[in-house]
Parts: sequence; C-alpha cells; structure tokens
Amino acid sequence: MIEVSNVEKSFNGTPVLKGVTCVFETGKCNLLLGGSGTGKSVLLQCIVGLMKPDIGSITFDGTVYTNNKIDIRQEIRRKIGMLFQGSALFDSMTVAQNVEFPLQMLTPEMSVAERRERVEFCLKRVGLENAGNKMPAEISGGMKKRVGIARAIAPNCTYLFCDEPNSGLDPATSIKIDELIHEITHEYNITTVIVTHDMNSVIEIGEHIIFLHQGRKLWDGTKEEILNAPVPELRDFIFSSSLVRAAKRIDEETEGGMAAFAEESESGGGI
Amino acid sequence: MLQTFGSFVLFLRGMVSRTERFNVLWKRTIDEAILIGVDSVVIVSIVSAFIGAVTCVQIAYNLTNPLIPQSTIGYMVREMTILELAPTITSIVLAGKVGSSIAGGLGTMRITEQVSALEVMGINSASYLVFPRIMAALLMFPLLVILAMVLSILGGYLAGTLTNVMTAQDYIEGIRLDFVPYNITFALIKAVVFAFLVSGISSFKGFYTTGGALEVGAASTGAVTNSIIAILIADFALAALLL
Repeated sequence: MIEVSNVEKSFNGTPVLKGVTCVFETGKCNLLLGGSGTGKSVLLQCIVGLMKPDIGSITFDGTVYTNNKIDIRQEIRRKIGMLFQGSALFDSMTVAQNVEFPLQMLTPEMSVAERRERVEFCLKRVGLENAGNKMPAEISGGMKKRVGIARAIAPNCTYLFCDEPNSGLDPATSIKIDELIHEITHEYNITTVIVTHDMNSVIEIGEHIIFLHQGRKLWDGTKEEILNAPVPELRDFIFSSSLVRAAKRIDEETEGGMAAFAEESESGGGI
Repeated sequence: MLQTFGSFVLFLRGMVSRTERFNVLWKRTIDEAILIGVDSVVIVSIVSAFIGAVTCVQIAYNLTNPLIPQSTIGYMVREMTILELAPTITSIVLAGKVGSSIAGGLGTMRITEQVSALEVMGINSASYLVFPRIMAALLMFPLLVILAMVLSILGGYLAGTLTNVMTAQDYIEGIRLDFVPYNITFALIKAVVFAFLVSGISSFKGFYTTGGALEVGAASTGAVTNSIIAILIADFALAALLL
C-alpha cells in the first residue's frame, strides 16, 4: 500500500499539487484520473522519486520514502516497476536485452541461465515470446508498451506505475494493455498506479479511482460509483465524452444498464 | 556562469558517489572506448596527416634564406606537431565528433525518459551513463593524439619528399634534432585534460537537456562550442604553467 500525505509541489511559484492526500491499495488497479495539467504525472513522479515534493510525505508499506536515507530510498526504488508514456525502452538494446537489463543491474546473484529464463517468461507473459531479438525501432507502439510492462515486472516488482499506458494506441490495443496490467496486478498482488484520462480504462480496470482537479484530490471511489459521484468537476470531466453521455442516457432509460455495462466489461466483454 | 560551474561540480560529484558495480562500468567503458576511439581513427588520421603535410610545405615556402639548413623544416614540423597541432587540433576534431555524439545521445535518452527509467530502477544514471564515457575519453584521447603525432610527421615527410621541397635525409635529420622527451609528456597531459573537458562538458550539456528534438540539437551545438572554448583556454593555461 502506498500512502500519500498532504503532498504539495510548485514550479516557479505556480502550485501544481495542493495538499494531495490519498491511498493506493495493494492488489488493485489504482487510477489517477484527471484532465490535462491537473498534476497527475507530477504526483506520479513525486511518488516514484523523480521529483521531490515541497511538502508532505509518501509511504510505501509503512516505510517513509520522502526525505529518508538514500539507502532506504534505493531499496524501495528497486521494488518499483514503471511503464513510461513513451515506453522509454533503451534504443541500443534488443527487446530481450531491455527486459534483462534490470535483472543484470539489480540482481547480480542471478546466473545468466536464470536471467534468460526469466526474460523468456516475462516476454511470454506479455505475448512477445517471438520478438526478443527485435530492436525497439522495429516494433509497434503497442508492442513497446508490452515490452515496457515485461521490463517492469522482470525483477518481481511490488509496485507498478503506468504513466498513460494507452496514449498513442488504438482502442483495441488500449484494451489489451489495460487487461494485461489488470491481470498482472492480480496475479502478483502488486500495487498498481495508473495515470490516465481515458474513460475506457476507468470502465475496464478502475478498481480504485482518484480524481484530481487543479492540483487537488476531489474524489475517490470505484468505477461503479463514479457515474453518480456528487462532484461537478468530475461529472464535467466524465460527461465531456459523447460516448459516456450516451451510455449514461441508456443507463437512465434502462434503470441500471450502466452498472451492467461495467460488469460486462469487467468480465471481459470490453466497451 | 558561476551557478553553471557549481552545477557541473555537483554533476561530477553525483557521478562518482554511489557508483555502479566495477564490472558493469568496465564493460560500459570498453563499449564507449570503441565508439570514442576506434570509430575516430579514420577522421583523426586524415586530419593529422594533412596538417603535417601542409605544415611542412608552408614552412618550406617561408624558409627561403639559404643560410638556414633544410633540416629546420623537419625540426619545426616535429615541434609544432608534438607541442600544439596533434593534441589541440585532434581534441578540437574530437570535440566535434565525440562531443556532439555524447551530448546528442544523452539528450535523446533524457527527453525519451530513458534516463528516468534508469533512475526509477534505482540506478545512478550519471554513474552508469556518464562515468564510462569520461573514462573512455581519458583512455582514448592520448592514444589518438599519439597516432596524430606519428601521422603528422609522416604526412610532413611525404609532402616534403614528394614535392621535392627537401630531401628525405634533411627531413629525418630535422626530426631528430634537439629532441626534448618532455614535450611528449606535455602533449599527453594536454590530451588527458582536453579529454576530460570534452567528455565532461558534453555529458553535462546532454544530461540536463530538457524539451524536445530542438533542444537536443541545441545541446549538441552548445557541447561542441563550449568544449572548443574550454580546450583553447586550457591550452593556454597549460602552456603557461608547464612549459
């Protein structure tokens, strides 16, 4: 479990995060939802340690991360896997070498055979068992995201962070990536935090959703609760999509159709 | 300017604190040494051979006094090559080739979040990415300067004899005249200092690139111009201090 307590962050005097307090639960897909420029990615970068919050603290399973000793921070960082928006694969390495890289660096006690076995397992898990020898430039955007996920889970991460995993992908591939993240979260019981503004992801995998607006947390809850949330900013955000508006209209007309719709998507029906 | 210098010092300190394992850094250093050294052999050979040739021909053109022996041409080619042209011109050429490559490579890694990916994994990105580049430059620049010295003198010999401005015997006599071994030491000290400046400045410019492709280009340009200015200032300072 990751606890964020009263985190504030400013850039050149402009506040971006204004006292955000929230909890990301273990074994669930936690979604950080919000429009562009609301501070989602900044909060994510504060949590993983790429930025330092001005005020507030972040705790990983009871261990304080912010302002702690470098050794403790390093120890926590080694349990973190992250999928970046642009995948951030190392250009000079093959797909298999990308996945093997964290194992080489973080687990020197592993033998070469053990590392290769783990790489094969991770690539197979994300459905890329035949792409190990390809270079990142030779694979599609969706495949890059899969490689990013394989690299993140290779060293048995406890916390998985995904920064807009669906950006630049077509709807069908987006759903596959969402499903993969959801499956991995439950399979390994990891704490997953996903930054998104994609309502499809909310419907698909939003087990715990935190809504940010102008640097503040305005609401948190589940995908079943989000459509009836009594927060005007959240309603404006959700219903800016004509698709969701139509779904909501059907929901009202069929008295609860939307809930069935969400349940159907959870059971693999998709949107 | 003082703030930038302070940032540079902190950058170097961050690079050597919490370093990665020796075998990882050694492998990376060898990889970088191939990129910096082996891949630069052709350009350094061409530039140094022609500089030696041009130096020889131009000195011959200016030495018209019959009282000055022809061997003086060989002597002057050797002195100019070893003391100045080989270390300084080679380093300036390498600032263009290697410096832009380092800054561009690191800048691209930064804007495509590859540096962030390393940091999230708990890897000291400066130590992993920059330390091997600086070590490789420190190893390869002196070797390339030695190559440049040899090829410049050889270029002068070929130019002098093929254009009939002097005999081979005169040139070789001049090359061996009043040789001071310390000059070689001085040239290699310069090569090491220039290697540090080019690799350090280029890494610093690339590592802290922000923005997009335009900024990566600007970082590469800044790396080359700043490295060349630093080489020229250090060249003067070392000459004043060590000669």
